[in-house]
Amino acid sequence: MASPIIITPAQVATSRDGEVVMLCLSGNWQITASPPRWEQPALDRPLRRIVLQAAAIGDWDSSLALYLSAARTWSGQQGVELVEQGVPAEVGRLAALLAPKPTPPAPQPQLADLVASVGQATHQLWQETKDLAQLLGECAYSLGRFIRGQAQFRWRDCFTEMQQCGALALPIVGLISFLVGVIMAYQAAVQLRQFGADIYVADLVGLSVVREMGPMMAAIVLAGRTGAAFAATLGNMQANEEIDALETLGVSPIDFLVMPRIMALFLMMPLLALYADFLGIMGGLVVTASILDIPSSLYWIETKSIIDLSDLSTGLIKAATFGLIIGLCACLRGLQAERSAVGAGRAATAAVVTSTLLIIVSDAVFAVIFNILGW
Amino acid sequence: MNTASGKSKFAIEVEGVECRYGERVVLTNVSFAVKPSEIFFIIGGNGCGKSTLLRHLIGLKQPVQGQVKYFGRDFTHADRAGRQELLRTFGVLYQNGALWSSMTLAENVALPLELYTQLDRRERARIVSLKLAQVGLAGLEDYYPVELSGGMKRRAGLARALALDPAIVFFDEPSAGLDPITSLKLDELIRQIRDTLGTTIVIVSHELPSIFDIADRVVMIDSGARGVIAEGEPNQLREASPDQRVREFLNRRVAAVQQQQGILHP
Repeated sequence: MASPIIITPAQVATSRDGEVVMLCLSGNWQITASPPRWEQPALDRPLRRIVLQAAAIGDWDSSLALYLSAARTWSGQQGVELVEQGVPAEVGRLAALLAPKPTPPAPQPQLADLVASVGQATHQLWQETKDLAQLLGECAYSLGRFIRGQAQFRWRDCFTEMQQCGALALPIVGLISFLVGVIMAYQAAVQLRQFGADIYVADLVGLSVVREMGPMMAAIVLAGRTGAAFAATLGNMQANEEIDALETLGVSPIDFLVMPRIMALFLMMPLLALYADFLGIMGGLVVTASILDIPSSLYWIETKSIIDLSDLSTGLIKAATFGLIIGLCACLRGLQAERSAVGAGRAATAAVVTSTLLIIVSDAVFAVIFNILGW
Repeated sequence: MNTASGKSKFAIEVEGVECRYGERVVLTNVSFAVKPSEIFFIIGGNGCGKSTLLRHLIGLKQPVQGQVKYFGRDFTHADRAGRQELLRTFGVLYQNGALWSSMTLAENVALPLELYTQLDRRERARIVSLKLAQVGLAGLEDYYPVELSGGMKRRAGLARALALDPAIVFFDEPSAGLDPITSLKLDELIRQIRDTLGTTIVIVSHELPSIFDIADRVVMIDSGARGVIAEGEPNQLREASPDQRVREFLNRRVAAVQQQQGILHP
């Protein structure tokens, strides 16, 4: 019959004889079984020597070395002689590795200097702007090669990406746009009803969706969905040396990887924005038909009368620009990714943050430009 | 066989190259030459700059000083067209194969052919089959890289590096992480490629069995010296190098005084 394994816990028995302290170590010294820690002997009476008797120990591991090292350090500091008896030689060597060594002084923590922080942030922003501008330049150069038929552009990759960022994004873009239309119609209905201007819900929803919310919602969804995917893919390729392999083959990663992706987004975004416009308007229609008792046909006619081609083209121009921004930011972050497993994850996060920020900024710029142009 | 035109008697000439990693100078004044059809190893300890040197040789990084020549033609300062042409004289096998993960093995091997030859689809497929058979992966055309083991990925990477029958093939740590038998087979494959096609082989590695098995000559670089500390035949260097670091490395033995330091820390 198998006998149960009995683990004797590690123990230290202390006895004192005049100026000598005797420490008798016994049991199994295992780091997982909470072995005793070094306790300094009382110094109320003069102490000359500590005898560490370890002949009775069973199994041992690093915990014994830790104990021995603490005993050595303490006795060294107090000027007390330490006599080790029966301590395995390997433990002695391990403990010696823990002996205090001169360490370089740690840098003094400094309070962040406001001016320096602002300076660094500005420098970083400038650097990132330059990187983005450089990528934009390289893409323009690549576009030139593409037009002359010299680029190593793969339409097959472009179509695959178009399917990924276009067709496969339809459900999520559709749902979000529809709900945004519903929300806007509800908000408008509450206010306009007070003035008996219920029918103008159609104008408000229609114009806001076509000019702003449709392209914006499609862009935000694509930044999170496709932008992150692009950055993570390129980041992984970077870590796996796949991009190096392309370069040593004489293939420009811009032609081969970046351009098909940007092209796919640039072509798909206006279509997605149109789709988002339609579903946003539908969302408004459902709300007005159900709570304001406005017939669907009337809502539709009102919407058609208020939206003209300039509104539609405004939205489409924005959508194409947003597509360009998402593609550029995602590819830039992917190509900049560190060559490590975390690099791709960080690149994906950075791509979403940067592209969302730039989408909002460019939307504000468009608002000013279209206002000046009177569109 | 792509025997790049040139009158030089060397396949590769590295002249006074300085390599930096960011602002840090890793190697300085590195010079050596590799003869055609030679199996040449770049050896050295971890972190000595072997892989950085390789990145400079294959054009992924630009040397701060010095130049790299292939068959007598300057690669470092070549214009775009010249550079593109010289890039086609060599293939590179990266550490983990670096296969394009979204493509099948056949597509991986076929891409260089698609880009740089006028062959039609059927001819390309035949060459792909030949290259995969050459590295012992016949019939795996439709597999994706993720479905392969580490050794198979490296073989597939080699098939891709050989696709255009380059005059030179660079290997970055080909045996790292492979079991002894797989590593031995890869070494045999490398020798076979050299013997069959007369390809010049440059290998960055610190695997002693491979070095003594297949290397014709080695160059050893050292992080302390930031450059080349020895060049020659491996057996000769092991026995008779005047530099203790070289003898220690090639004999896999350190001086007795150092050995006694600590249990865990050499």
